[in-house]
Amino acid sequence: MTRNNPFDDGRPIAELRKASKRYGAVTALDGVDFQVRPGEVVALLGPNGAGKTTAVQLLLGLLRTSSGEATLFGLDPRDAEARVRIGAMLQISKVPETLKVREHVDLISSYYPRPLPLRETLGLAGLGGVEERLFGKLSGGQKQRLLFALALCGNPDLLFLDEPTVGLDVEARRTLWSVIEGKAREGRSVLLTTHYLEEADALADRIVLIRRGQIVAEGTPSEIKARAAGRKIRCHTSIPLADVAALSGVRNARRDGEVTELFAAEAERVLRELMSRDRSLSGLEVRGADLEEAFLALTNSDDPKEVAA
Amino acid sequence: MSTLARERNMWRIYALEAKYELLKMMRLPMYAIPTLAFPLMFYLLFGVAMGGRSAGPVSLAAYLLATYGAFGLMGIAFFGFGVGVAVERGQGWMLFKRATPMPTPAYFAGKLAMVVLFGMVLTAALFTLGSTVGKVDLPAGQWAALAGVVIAGALPFGAIGLAIGSWAGPNSAPAIVNVIYLPLAFASGMWVPIQALPKFFQGLAPWLPSYHFSQLALGVIGADQGRFSWMASATVLAVFTVVSLLVARAGYRRDEGKTFG
Repeated sequence: MTRNNPFDDGRPIAELRKASKRYGAVTALDGVDFQVRPGEVVALLGPNGAGKTTAVQLLLGLLRTSSGEATLFGLDPRDAEARVRIGAMLQISKVPETLKVREHVDLISSYYPRPLPLRETLGLAGLGGVEERLFGKLSGGQKQRLLFALALCGNPDLLFLDEPTVGLDVEARRTLWSVIEGKAREGRSVLLTTHYLEEADALADRIVLIRRGQIVAEGTPSEIKARAAGRKIRCHTSIPLADVAALSGVRNARRDGEVTELFAAEAERVLRELMSRDRSLSGLEVRGADLEEAFLALTNSDDPKEVAA
Repeated sequence: MSTLARERNMWRIYALEAKYELLKMMRLPMYAIPTLAFPLMFYLLFGVAMGGRSAGPVSLAAYLLATYGAFGLMGIAFFGFGVGVAVERGQGWMLFKRATPMPTPAYFAGKLAMVVLFGMVLTAALFTLGSTVGKVDLPAGQWAALAGVVIAGALPFGAIGLAIGSWAGPNSAPAIVNVIYLPLAFASGMWVPIQALPKFFQGLAPWLPSYHFSQLALGVIGADQGRFSWMASATVLAVFTVVSLLVARAGYRRDEGKTFG
């Protein structure tokens, strides 16, 4: 994928080195090492509050690291030489409402040395036909598309997309996905954050799972899915919950009244063990965990060691 | 080492930033109407309708022409910077702009240009009223100097507005600006000639930037109190400008350390 890539000069495009961000007693990001390489689409995946947005804002130079380092193209993210090569779509609530779509794109494009032609930006973002409309008169989905257009308009080598499809309908989401795929085919890089595993799976070359400010797993979508694969087991058992949780290959064991629920990578082995310890085990249910459940199992686990890569 | 950033046309960036800031504010009735209409309306009511009276050496119509010019400019700058920046900070737009390769000074220069252009419209309209229905007769040089002094107020009051906007929340900013703006205007003799205000205000006024601003404007038509030289008043305004910019910078730094969303 990165072979013959005109954007590949052998250096990582974006990099966090032992980067931490603390707000008083709260640690939003805790010693994260992370790279985006040329031509790569990387998804930062994790639940709300995991530190995804913080990671993005450190790389954009919008926040300073408390310790460690953030670089873009080997430069300080605030360096104009780095900034002219990136475009960003952030989670912001409002854009000035009394400017037209065309005017917003015109202004942001002017900041870049080699912007896309206005028509092309509007076409990619699906805003053809509403370029003369004031931002305040756009629908929610169109507003989101304008934010996407503002990220694309400078024709950047690296696109940051922070939860880009929140609030988009299915069709608009597909459009956005196909634009991202097109950018990646040109050899450009994309860093997106999402809490949808499906989105990360559809787009990313590499998924970085993040939880409570730390990277808990990293790999291709199929590696992540394999790691998250497994079965969900439900049963009634007298075995103490702590002992169940301690069995090898068991994740996210919890007890809700009578019912004990757990995820197991190798369900057969775990079941044999459970049944040999508790002859009175009853109410057994075993089923495949779907992707979302598997993802939750990976990111919600109370003990990070269990899923550490 | 590439120098992509230098391929950009900086003049064009600054010009577009100013153009779109102007368009954005012109289309915002909540901004454009009160900041332009109130000073003109007040001038008609108090400067023209109350006509023939005098304020010190000049007619009331001439005195209020200078002070409503200063009053109007102060509002344009306070609301443009104070509310404008608070809203754009609060809604995340400034965060987005900071992530773009926009040269940071262009953002502030664009707002300053907008204030200057609104100030030109205001003085043109006010002077038209003053010279016709207000029967104010000034030498050409004094009209020009008065316009110049009023419009130059964009700097100190833009800076004070920026200091407010860099700390205030988007919803509280309009209230905060009004609470500062209107008392400042009154206590500085912008509505009622300063000589006619109670003694308390005579003592307070020299501490207010708005007093020195209106005295500078009045000085052009020889109607200032003469308590301070123009140099002294200009220095006071310069100090307010510098302190405000430092306060604004501290607010900007504070934003950088904060979490967003």
